[in-house]
Amino acid sequence: MAEFAIDKKHIGHKFPAFTATVEAGKIRLFCKAIGEENPIHTDEAAAKAAGYRTIVAPPTFITAVTNDDPNKGGMLKLVDVNIGWILHGEQHYEYFAPIHVGDRLTCQQKITDVYDKKGGALWFVVSEIDVTNDAGKPVAKARSITVVRNPTKQ
Amino acid sequence: MVKTPKFDEIKVGDELKPLKLPPISRHQLALYCGGSGDHNPIHVDIDFAKKFGMKDVFAHGMLSMAFLGRQVTAFAPQSQIRKLGTRFSTITWVGDEITVTGKVVGKREENGEKLVDLEVNCINQDGKPTLQGNATIAAA
Repeated sequence: MAEFAIDKKHIGHKFPAFTATVEAGKIRLFCKAIGEENPIHTDEAAAKAAGYRTIVAPPTFITAVTNDDPNKGGMLKLVDVNIGWILHGEQHYEYFAPIHVGDRLTCQQKITDVYDKKGGALWFVVSEIDVTNDAGKPVAKARSITVVRNPTKQ
Repeated sequence: MVKTPKFDEIKVGDELKPLKLPPISRHQLALYCGGSGDHNPIHVDIDFAKKFGMKDVFAHGMLSMAFLGRQVTAFAPQSQIRKLGTRFSTITWVGDEITVTGKVVGKREENGEKLVDLEVNCINQDGKPTLQGNATIAAA
């Protein structure tokens, strides 16, 4: 099998931006999956009583927003890796404003680094996603490290 | 309702009440697959997982990170969270029993906000950390 490597030329690559709308039903399912029962995530009156303008998403729901990409899997296509070889290395969020039901959020992802460890047995792709609202104001910033297991060394 | 903690009442070294989760089930992974939009079959399809050298399906790292989020939002309201981050250090398998721990590791003022830094970890039933995370919240 040919030597496996991820080309560093992808550093700086910007993916097409997309806009996703935050839906109440999606937040409800997300909360069910993670065992979150705080009513501010499902009940408008409870959210308002807690000081939010409407139902608010839990902190890591942002992943459901950034996964709502019409070109889903774009990064793996770009670096030519099968999804079966990846692991999640790190995830970091910075929050600038709460995410509410009805928000239209624009996500812009770019690759910021590519490197390997253990003599190329593991490759790392670092990417950042800027999330902004309809007014162009930053809502969150996500930084993610995707680990790729070298298929030729498994 | 979770109230914003008071900066002066928080001490470095304070520990958060551990959050003990039920064992990870295949059903939970299916719900998280749909709920999060992470459709990687390695978390829900054992045939696929085996084809890629895994003994079984395993939990999405982001499912455990959501547990970190639950721990942090039990300490401070959603609107007060400034940062949440983690390193995924060990795979979480079906049946694993995760406990989320947390402690205050720093206090500082920045941009006019009174910030509290937390260390938050997911620990499995063998005492091994699966997620090593951190969070920053704005106190009152």
